[in-house]
Amino acid sequence: MTKIGLEIHCQLTKLESKLFCPCKANYREHEINANVCPICMGLPGTLPRLNQKAIEKATIIAMALNCTTPEKIAFFRKNYFYPDLPKNFQITQLNIYGDTSVGGSGMIMVGDKKIRITRIQLEEDPGRLIYEGSSSKNQITLVDYNRAGTPLVEIVTEPDFETPKQVREFLNILSDLLENLNVSDPSLEGAMRADANVSIEGGNKVEIKNIGSFHDLEKAVHFEITRQNSLHSRDIPIVQETRHWDDKRKITISSRSKEEELDYRYFLEGDIPWIKIGKEVREKLKSEMPESISSKKERYVTKYGIPDQVADVLSSDKFYSDLFDKSQTGNNAKEIANIITTDLMGLVDTREKREESKLQPSHLKDLADEIQSGKLTRSSAKNALYEIVKNGKELSQIVSDLDLGNVSDEDELLKIIKQIISEEPQAVEQAKSNPQTINFLVGKVMQKTKGKADPKLTLDLLKKEIG
Amino acid sequence: MNLKISGLEYIEEVKNGNISAEDFVSATIDRIKNIDEKLHAFLQVNSKAVEQARDIDKKIKSGKKVGSCFGMPISIKDNICIKHSKTTCASKMLEKFIAPYDATVITKLKEQDAVFVGKANLDEFAMGLTTEFSAYGPSRNPWNTDYVPGGSSGGSAVSVSAFECVASLGSDTGGSVRNPASFCSAVGYKPTYGLISRYGLVSYANSIEQIGPVTRTVKDAAFLLNILSGLDPNDNTTIDGGGQDYLSEIDSGIEGKKIGIIQEMMSEGIDPAVLAATNDAVSKLEGLGAVCENVSIDMVKYSVASYYTITATEAGSNLARYDNLRYGYDFPVEGFEFNSYISKARSKFGPEVIRRMILGGFVPSSGHAGKYFLKSLKVKSKLTNEVNEAFKKYDFLIAPTVPILPFKIGEKIDDPIALFLVDINTVMSNLTGIPSISVPYALSNGLPIGIQLLAKHNHDKSLLKVARALETTVRLPEVPI
Repeated sequence: MTKIGLEIHCQLTKLESKLFCPCKANYREHEINANVCPICMGLPGTLPRLNQKAIEKATIIAMALNCTTPEKIAFFRKNYFYPDLPKNFQITQLNIYGDTSVGGSGMIMVGDKKIRITRIQLEEDPGRLIYEGSSSKNQITLVDYNRAGTPLVEIVTEPDFETPKQVREFLNILSDLLENLNVSDPSLEGAMRADANVSIEGGNKVEIKNIGSFHDLEKAVHFEITRQNSLHSRDIPIVQETRHWDDKRKITISSRSKEEELDYRYFLEGDIPWIKIGKEVREKLKSEMPESISSKKERYVTKYGIPDQVADVLSSDKFYSDLFDKSQTGNNAKEIANIITTDLMGLVDTREKREESKLQPSHLKDLADEIQSGKLTRSSAKNALYEIVKNGKELSQIVSDLDLGNVSDEDELLKIIKQIISEEPQAVEQAKSNPQTINFLVGKVMQKTKGKADPKLTLDLLKKEIG
Repeated sequence: MNLKISGLEYIEEVKNGNISAEDFVSATIDRIKNIDEKLHAFLQVNSKAVEQARDIDKKIKSGKKVGSCFGMPISIKDNICIKHSKTTCASKMLEKFIAPYDATVITKLKEQDAVFVGKANLDEFAMGLTTEFSAYGPSRNPWNTDYVPGGSSGGSAVSVSAFECVASLGSDTGGSVRNPASFCSAVGYKPTYGLISRYGLVSYANSIEQIGPVTRTVKDAAFLLNILSGLDPNDNTTIDGGGQDYLSEIDSGIEGKKIGIIQEMMSEGIDPAVLAATNDAVSKLEGLGAVCENVSIDMVKYSVASYYTITATEAGSNLARYDNLRYGYDFPVEGFEFNSYISKARSKFGPEVIRRMILGGFVPSSGHAGKYFLKSLKVKSKLTNEVNEAFKKYDFLIAPTVPILPFKIGEKIDDPIALFLVDINTVMSNLTGIPSISVPYALSNGLPIGIQLLAKHNHDKSLLKVARALETTVRLPEVPI
């Protein structure tokens, strides 16, 4: 049986500041080595200044993944040399002296499959290495410390996955969950990274590191299973080792470094006293936790009668569910869900588009009102939505600018209908014998009016005219 | 200009207009220029000290609000960061390190209008107890310049006892304030762990060390504690001292207080003169109404071993950042692989630092941690229990600060084990976090002896009271320099 376990690193991008200093947790918008201070540069004499909010966010993640949360947590030093680590040790958490990391064992369902969580720990992200130079001979390594000290949560799973597909499904659920908890924005580059360990029946465990994206993670796991099966079928033993994912060739390669032999000399970080997270604090955090994705979905289905699949799509994406919850007023819920899932999703399908979008919840409410009161056809609404996302103008303004208002004036509509009847004698004859085909004529009217004709009125008038 | 006055006396003199800050600081700087060649208490002298004192005088004259130090000249151990000035830790590794920020204690002293006369010598990275391990040469004991001044805050103690400043800040990891204070006949005080912020103190063994004042009098120590103590958001280990005034009621006496005499610190290897001085101090305290009894703290015998294991472990980690990427010196990396590069980079460290870093790589390593590091933590926790037990019965504990007299420069430098044992009486308060203070008590053949008093965790105010009581019983001659 194939066993796959994961170690996921997730930056707490929703925090204001780094884990141990007042520098910005959002390091991405700074000039190189500009988002630093004496503390995150590890200058002599500085001490870590714990960001209490990070503990809260990490604890919330632990709770959402059904992990045990200890009364007291502690930080440890992991000692090793690496140029991106300004202190040459990383402040992290460990469970060797009892459960002292933010989260103990937990679990999460992926479909019908239960994935056990081993632990969740809070730690500082190292800096970033930039390699310059074409060949290994003249390569130089540059260090950008802007990222150093960014709050990072490590989620370790048991080897409960059996297929790369399960891994992908889990990662999708996890990133939706983290986004919904308002702790992280998984779409930010580098905000979520993962290592995997893979073993097949009768073989040793192999760790894969250096996987840049979740997409590649699935590929790397797939490659590794294939590689191990191939070795196994030829009776070649699978050695326990660490392999690196080669991003260009899309294969794993054995690491020459003896990483598994490193001795991290873990010991308690004396500069951060044990932190008590009392029952009251945990209960308060629990009560302040955002509504879970599954309970959102249930609410959408039972309260608003939104179809299961639509509710699924809507609830799992915080961007859409926030829009939905802020714009719907009960009786327009179905219409708004419809606008979001059929029209909006195509318009804001990337992070950049979402950031640029000028759409406000009030726009959606207006759109739904206009559709429901028959003042706007769905197809005009779609055109209006496109404009709203682009420039954020009021709906009424766009309707008048683009002349999107419904043609609901009977006389005007009748004129058009008569014209269509004279142009399409064959279709008219067909409609007389087979009422189903009248829709072709409705379509013709719509074409003529650029989608603005009130569909119900058009149908009624057509029926009357044809007799 | 009489420089031989205490800090509080200095403040009175300036307040009353008898002296000006400028004159006093200027005379102090002159004295440093005259005698420090012999003593080597300073690694750097502040060239702007007189100017800064003049500015404070102007403030006083114009009736503006003046900080409570009134320009008091203070020296700072060179492992505490002062913005825009070099902080070398007496190491070649940090020869050119200019701190871009102020330590919290420095910020507080600046707010109170202290003047920093210079950075005081120390054993490299505060590892040592003679100041002989300074990469810039040893400091000398002003009572006899052939002798060590103690350490690692040797420069601090020398500068105070030789009147090169009024007070000094040192740091105490295993006795580094109290030991040189004892050897130089100054007051050396290590507060409760967390009472003074360590932000800006270059870490050696961060879980047990504290910044502490070296002063002429116990009252001066209390005065400085009033300024320096308090919660600091930049140091998560700081504790709330309750905003007490450590100076008030300092003369209220010790009538009826119970004092335990630590037997394990009075036995094997103790110099007869030190033993006699301690017994004498005990009878003086009894004369002031205290009740003194022998007490045994069994774990003391393992405390030095535990102390060196823990400090080496933390030092190995704290000093790991000096990998020559950002400190040290430039050399072409061609031809080096990792190990030879690091060993070349590390050659900037002196022998004692290298010794402790090697030890610190070994004792917590997998396969050895159980035998050394974890066992040392057990000793620490057992020792803490025993000390807590003792304090159920006694208000204070007493012992000599150092069991032997100051020795000659070079005498013990090649015998690390012998040197380690000099720490036996001082490491206990670091391992347990309790406050302790060394009070100058006697001289033997012209060499100082200090008596150490210890109190319960966060009972610094009462500790200063008993130290003050003991201090009133002695009158010592002036330093012969």
